[in-house]
Amino acid sequence: MKDHIRHARPHISRDEDLIFERSAPGKCGVDPLPLEVPSVSASELLGKEFHRAEIHGFPEVSELEVIRHFTRLSTWNYGVDTGLYPLGSCTMKYNPRINEVVARLEGLATDHPYTPPELAQGCLRILDETARCLAEITGMDAVSLQPAAGAQGELSGILMIRAFLAERGNPRRYILIPDSAHGTNPASVATSGYEVRPLKSGARGTIDLAEVDRAMTEEVAGLMLTNPNTLGIFEVQIREICNLVHQKGGLVYMDGANMNALLGIARPADFGADVMHLNLHKTFTTPHGGGGPGSGPVAVKKFLEPYLPSPTVERAADGTYRLNYNRPKSIGRVRAFYGNFGMAVRALAYIAANGGEGLLQTTQDAVLNANYVMRRLQDVYDLPYNGPCLHECVLSDHRQAARGVRTGDIAKRLIDYGFHPYTTSFPLIVQGALMIEPTESASMDELDEFIEAMRAIAEEIEEDPEFVLKAPHTTRVSRLDEATAARKPILRWKK
Amino acid sequence: MRYLPNSPSDRAEMLRTIGYGSVEELFSQIPQEIRFQGRLNLPGPLSEQEILDFFREAASQTSREYASFLGAGAYSHFRPVAVDAMLSRGEFFTAYTPYQGELAQGTLQAMFEFQTLMTQLTGMEVSNASLYDGSTATTEAVLMALRLTRRNRVLVARSLHPEYREVMTTYVRHQGTEMVNVPYSAAGQLNMGELELALKPETAAVVVQSPNFFGVVEHCRKVAELVHQKGALLIVSVTEPLSLAVINPPSEADIVAGEAQSFGVPVAFGGPYLGFLATREKFMRQMPGRLVGQTVDTEGRRGFVLTLATREQHIRREKATSNICTNQSLCALAATIYLCLLGKEGLKALAEHNLAKAHYAAHQLLDVPDITIPFQGPYFNEFVVKVPGGAEGLLRILRREKILGGVSLGRFYPELKDHILVCVTETVNKATIDHMARVYNDYAKRKKSGNARKATASHALGQENV
Amino acid sequence: MYPEEFQYTKDHEWLRVDEGIGTLGITEHAQKELGDVVYVELPKVGDPVTASETLGTVESVKAVSEVYSPVTGEVLAVNDKLQNHPELLNSDPHGSAWLVQIRLSDPKEIEKLMSAEEYEAYVREDKAH
Repeated sequence: MKDHIRHARPHISRDEDLIFERSAPGKCGVDPLPLEVPSVSASELLGKEFHRAEIHGFPEVSELEVIRHFTRLSTWNYGVDTGLYPLGSCTMKYNPRINEVVARLEGLATDHPYTPPELAQGCLRILDETARCLAEITGMDAVSLQPAAGAQGELSGILMIRAFLAERGNPRRYILIPDSAHGTNPASVATSGYEVRPLKSGARGTIDLAEVDRAMTEEVAGLMLTNPNTLGIFEVQIREICNLVHQKGGLVYMDGANMNALLGIARPADFGADVMHLNLHKTFTTPHGGGGPGSGPVAVKKFLEPYLPSPTVERAADGTYRLNYNRPKSIGRVRAFYGNFGMAVRALAYIAANGGEGLLQTTQDAVLNANYVMRRLQDVYDLPYNGPCLHECVLSDHRQAARGVRTGDIAKRLIDYGFHPYTTSFPLIVQGALMIEPTESASMDELDEFIEAMRAIAEEIEEDPEFVLKAPHTTRVSRLDEATAARKPILRWKK
Repeated sequence: MRYLPNSPSDRAEMLRTIGYGSVEELFSQIPQEIRFQGRLNLPGPLSEQEILDFFREAASQTSREYASFLGAGAYSHFRPVAVDAMLSRGEFFTAYTPYQGELAQGTLQAMFEFQTLMTQLTGMEVSNASLYDGSTATTEAVLMALRLTRRNRVLVARSLHPEYREVMTTYVRHQGTEMVNVPYSAAGQLNMGELELALKPETAAVVVQSPNFFGVVEHCRKVAELVHQKGALLIVSVTEPLSLAVINPPSEADIVAGEAQSFGVPVAFGGPYLGFLATREKFMRQMPGRLVGQTVDTEGRRGFVLTLATREQHIRREKATSNICTNQSLCALAATIYLCLLGKEGLKALAEHNLAKAHYAAHQLLDVPDITIPFQGPYFNEFVVKVPGGAEGLLRILRREKILGGVSLGRFYPELKDHILVCVTETVNKATIDHMARVYNDYAKRKKSGNARKATASHALGQENV
Repeated sequence: MYPEEFQYTKDHEWLRVDEGIGTLGITEHAQKELGDVVYVELPKVGDPVTASETLGTVESVKAVSEVYSPVTGEVLAVNDKLQNHPELLNSDPHGSAWLVQIRLSDPKEIEKLMSAEEYEAYVREDKAH
């Protein structure tokens, strides 16, 4: 027997082929549904011009092979279910299982978007109730769930600002965006036909009031800001900033990506924002799914309500729900149908599970966790902006860079310790940023382990930087050649 | 709260360790005047059981007991149970965008497979890793064509999904672009004569849907010839990609974009769905959305990474090809699993099943007096019927029989107010189709006798006048 | 490190002028900051270029850098080798990885550019920040 295992190799589960490479003619993962109507000849019905005989290269595999294939692939991933996922600005918190169950209930998962409203009251009620909850949390007056993701929420919001100002005679030309902002902000502004005017952050990493005063002219339509900002710091002068913008006839857009820091603590409408979006996949636990689907509801003050995307869900006096398409001032549609309904179901389940008190406790825990990490790492990693943070903290690799090790390398080494990396190189205003957002889903024990790992890496960098530069050492694949991937892109399998 | 792992004593210890007396001190940076003082008026806190009860109650107020002939951009197809079994693995659905390739090979390899499947289906050379939905994917294709051609006029078939056209209008309104609708012909296809007239040198792109909103297959090759003669690009939007298993792909197009919800994604009252965009290799660098590429690691092993990221917003900011930040990774994964399960033969068999059932249904309805199928072009699983005297009334009667009979076209096309768009997939059985046909027959009979009664009444009235 | 016969811009480009024809490239410092170059976008022969305006882009895996023309004129030649071998910009930025040749329409424009010595000082200062 010994002879036979002499040539043992790692099990195939560590090296699963592409599904196309498992394919063989005649295999199929489903059996055909019997046809109870007369069969037709596709080639005759469609004719030579239209009929397709075969999809070349398409896979042919059994059900079991599909299950094994995707199960194996899944084990090469790291999810929130696996462990701490401290990606700053992404809010990788626990995705409750009940959300998944209710989103798949027959009726909610199976109602067609063109079901007559009187037969889809349950779905419309969920949309309306979710919108009401989000309005309550933000202090805003009206919410549309149509935007498919945060970036579309941004676009919708900026288009509403444009529509509002245009109706008053001049849509204006510029939108002010702090240099600490997420990249989608300027990209969305460009799509809406405005030009970006960057605002330089002040010494504390926050917006400088004098800078706003200088930049805010009659040509500026508004300010787009994130609060707390991408450093996890609250804009202390937020009211003054909003007042300045309003005095010059501009509006304030708030990127609600960091709302996890404010639940039950402060409401954007109360501190001066006119319009904002929320990321249901961040604050409200709809799963990130490996990069989507997201959902980016947009919330507005009363005066902007007429401009919300069309249609809106409305509740009549008799308690029934309907879709209102008669909205002459609306910016129009930003996507087909009514938005990512399945995400609204999950978000509402999460809000209801918590109630107001639960959400407040959530925010408190998230903020405590971030401060705990920051304080226990600031003696080994530089802290460019000191002071209590909110939901996330930003350190820098300044000291480690002197040994030739950058934030991206430290992140890769963290993988060997069993953690998902933090966010690297963002925000851009901090050179070599380590952006850490533990969220409320991290326990103290897990944070202690994370902190120990980070401190151990700092020591390794002093002793053997080369070893860190080659990390990760324990994953299925080592560092991947991104340069070759981009120089000669291979974007599909070919025989 | 059951989702929070820290105990009260953990919290106290953490505060002590970092030198704070209370968690409130951490929030002291927020000015007191703007702190929220009240209690949020929200439902809950609810136990898991109560949540389930709440949503079950909501789910009971839906059309789940109804048979459905609704299509029009969202298609009910059977989802093999393996799809949800795989999607429910936490490593897939609780992972982030695969920026850290070494920890995300599962997502990355699956997306690479998705891209490959979409190129095989569409006849294109490259595909992205998905976009929000069909409406935004088609719109992104238009924006891409505007960048590629540097022209500013777009011709859009009126037979493109009306909601897609609305989304397009929202997006191009501020790009200085002129959007012109091209009418449909008597056969329900793009009117080639009108297209020729509308094609001007400044035309960047022509957008057609195939099968189009009326279910009719377009002559993509002929349209492509005309469009390319004028140096414009052809964008073909596909909302029912199952059709591509029996209908030739629009490989003459420059961009094929649309909706792939049909592949294992539930209709879920309109979302989340699965936009896709595929194109020719030479246009690769102007594509919006994420792309996964194959590469090797330091040991020479095959691996996958997000690539050509410099097109995207997090690097190029306001100069990015699009403001999109997410894709629909989990929906794309659903489609990948679905397509692998069905495979070459299964998908073809399913498409032929849809084709047969739709044609059977059409014939049953055609047998009804006065009912016609006005558009004679070839169709896949969706067709338009004309019901003289009002589609709405008939749809109401069908609802009483627990049948959602289709989408009334009057709301989108005033000239088609007597028309119903009927979609027939494998999810409706023969008995339901026959039932629907009977309702049509009864309706036609009643109408006839009703007309006769009316005629008698006016005759009587006439006599009185004399 | 920086050839004496070149002149330099604040955007980290070099220009070598020979009988009214300028050859343009990016500097060693620029390639280092960018990292592995993966793609280069350049104008076509015959295109007009204007001083201080974008003439093309150089992309690495995680960054995009615009190339600004230091001079006004017409593109005479484009380095086609870079299409398939963008990595040359990392290995030989001052030599075989030149970007374009431009016929200068206003030779006075080059007076504003830096000498090798000035540029080295500029880079040192840039790094200190």
